[in-house]
Amino acid sequence: MTDEHGPGGCGPGEYGPDERSPDKHGRPDGRGPRGHSLYGPLEDPAADAGHREHPPRVGFFTDTSVCIGCKACEVACKEWNDVPEDGLDLLGMSFDNTGMLGASSWRHVAFVEQERPLGRQDAGLAGLPTGPSGTGQTAEVVADALRETPRGGGELGTGPVDLGFPSFDLPGAATGAEARTDFRWLMASDVCKHCTHAGCLDVCPTGALFRTEFGSVVVQPDICNGCGYCVSGCPYGVIDRRPGDGRAWKCTLCYDRLRGGLEPACAQACPTDSIQFGPLDELRERADRRLEHLHEAGVEEARLYGRDPGDGVGGDGAFFLLLDEPEVYGLPPDPVVPTRDLPSMWKYAGAAASALLAATAAVFVKSGGGGRR
Amino acid sequence: MSDDGLPREPRGDADAADVRADTSTSGRSHEGRDGRDGHDGHESRDGHRGETAAPAAGFRSYYGRPVLKPPVWKWQVPAYLFTGGLSAGAALLSAGADLTGRPALCRTGRLAGFGALLASTCLLIADLGRPERFHHMLRVAKPTSPMSVGTWILVAYGPGSGLAAAAELLPASWRAGRPGRLLHRAGRAGGLWAAAFAPGLASYTAVLLSQTAVPAWHEARRELPFLFTGSAAASGAGLGMLLAPVAEAAPARRLAAVGAAAELAAARLVERRPGLEARAYTRGRAHRLRRAADFLTLGGALAAVTVARRGRPAAAAAGLALLAGSALQRFGTFEAGVASTKDPAYVVVPQRARLDRLSERGPDR
Ligand code: SF4
Ligand code: SF4
Repeated sequence: MTDEHGPGGCGPGEYGPDERSPDKHGRPDGRGPRGHSLYGPLEDPAADAGHREHPPRVGFFTDTSVCIGCKACEVACKEWNDVPEDGLDLLGMSFDNTGMLGASSWRHVAFVEQERPLGRQDAGLAGLPTGPSGTGQTAEVVADALRETPRGGGELGTGPVDLGFPSFDLPGAATGAEARTDFRWLMASDVCKHCTHAGCLDVCPTGALFRTEFGSVVVQPDICNGCGYCVSGCPYGVIDRRPGDGRAWKCTLCYDRLRGGLEPACAQACPTDSIQFGPLDELRERADRRLEHLHEAGVEEARLYGRDPGDGVGGDGAFFLLLDEPEVYGLPPDPVVPTRDLPSMWKYAGAAASALLAATAAVFVKSGGGGRR
Repeated sequence: MSDDGLPREPRGDADAADVRADTSTSGRSHEGRDGRDGHDGHESRDGHRGETAAPAAGFRSYYGRPVLKPPVWKWQVPAYLFTGGLSAGAALLSAGADLTGRPALCRTGRLAGFGALLASTCLLIADLGRPERFHHMLRVAKPTSPMSVGTWILVAYGPGSGLAAAAELLPASWRAGRPGRLLHRAGRAGGLWAAAFAPGLASYTAVLLSQTAVPAWHEARRELPFLFTGSAAASGAGLGMLLAPVAEAAPARRLAAVGAAAELAAARLVERRPGLEARAYTRGRAHRLRRAADFLTLGGALAAVTVARRGRPAAAAAGLALLAGSALQRFGTFEAGVASTKDPAYVVVPQRARLDRLSERGPDR
């Protein structure tokens, strides 16, 4: 069986003269799909996708250690990109009422409240009559409520969820101050990672998702037919289908602004430069220096996430400096692009297909004394 | 990311103050999980939450929320997995019947195979967010996207299947004439053409599911193709037993047994995988669907090799059981994947374990 390739050659209706969207196929220089990199470090994803002359790869370095959680990025993104409302919810914990990235939330500021001091700081709240923080109890109440929603909370960032808030009782208020301890706040503005090996892009069957000349990953709304494959292809849970609209949406790295020589709206709006935009090489250097600096200052828990080109997605175009393990911010600790295993998956499928053919032949051959009847 | 030589803080739980960030393993649901960790009693006092939750020891998450987006696919997709497999199984069976002179079995397979193909197409289009743009699938052929590969397999398979069915629908009075004989020959060619693509149609759907970040599907990538082709064979054969006369259905009965054996064996292997992901298959709705599928398939296969040759009612019952078993198997597999995206444990625990293994080997520990 020729499982490995679609039997049809190249589909009709390529992009035509508009050179902005070369897919991972049908490229003018005639290199086949096997010439493409599916996994591992990749110097130049734009060139791998067929852009010959192109600007340097750009991205975000989000330094969460200086984020103040003002959500200017969320607002700027919605304004510039005309992203519709994603549900006016009170999620009942923290200051995060966006919840998650989604079809209608392309930046999401996470608020993590933890019962531990930040670096060597002393929050000084332990002595107050209220005691410091009851976040643990709050978090638990909310987590329980979220698990009961239809998509287990996965609808956050795309549509409304009802968790029963606002209410008159503070979640977790029943627990006394004596149960509370010291705490710290972590804030982080999450965004599409614009992966070097993007699971969403690899699986898109229409070519709606494409790699831009800047190395970013963008959906073309006029092409997407809402098949939903990308939603399951993304190892970070970023892209989603918008109910009512039916198409998939996510951060475009402000493709229109980049083409006009502007930086993305979120980076421009960020008052603390927590979101830094620029050529990826520069950002990586800057991040390394910042990490060193923080370690010297005693913030031992600082670490970079998505910076390493050797990781499971070949490094992120948008990477982060975090102050705790990634899963605490809702990020997968070690994401791997599903395409890594594509060749081996087709091998297993080929074996299963051959077995099916052989079995069918066998059940007929056996009848009638070893031949046709 | 992790292996860039950064000093890493000791795994959270050593400094106890930090454990609270882990909301999803504390409190009620924790008790609910610890009470039972076997594959048995899946009803507990905290309802479906307890039964779908992975019984993982401490792991950390963002307020217990999912890391991944649950699939947006609805029931149409598992239903398509079934009808697509059924169509493929029926096409193979009818081609064999055609070549070995079993006209009734051939007719059944061709008509049902084409009917299932039509249903498949409708289901696929219905699940799109923008159904009117279904033809956008045809604008590219993309080897990295199993959905694109599958689209082209369907495009190749469809005309053959249609031609074979058209030949069967020809009124008897026309058959004798020259056009009738021509169409008959074209039907045979179409049937064989479809049969050539049928194994691809039956197996690509496994890659379609595995080529995702959905933990339970991706982790089962080695077994799913065998599960799906086995299930396709069992359902195609079940259809043959249901609709064709007993005298001609001997190959269908044998194919049913072989397919069911493959399906059942692969289903066992899926849930025996060492990783946490395998547990998504043995809990909750997925578990119940798959159990029912196992019993139906096993019963259907046993009947196929014993009583089904004796009479039409027994054969029909066995065929129905195989069809239902195959359908439920697909729904069970689908459900397991969905459940594994809703609970962050399936994402965080295996990935964290992988990182810890790496850093143990690395120079910094
Ligand atoms: S795979 Fe996810 S994170 Fe990576 S580019 Fe696609 S949507 Fe963004
Ligand atoms: S939903 Fe749209 S962008 Fe996503 S894979 Fe399907 S066609 Fe591509």
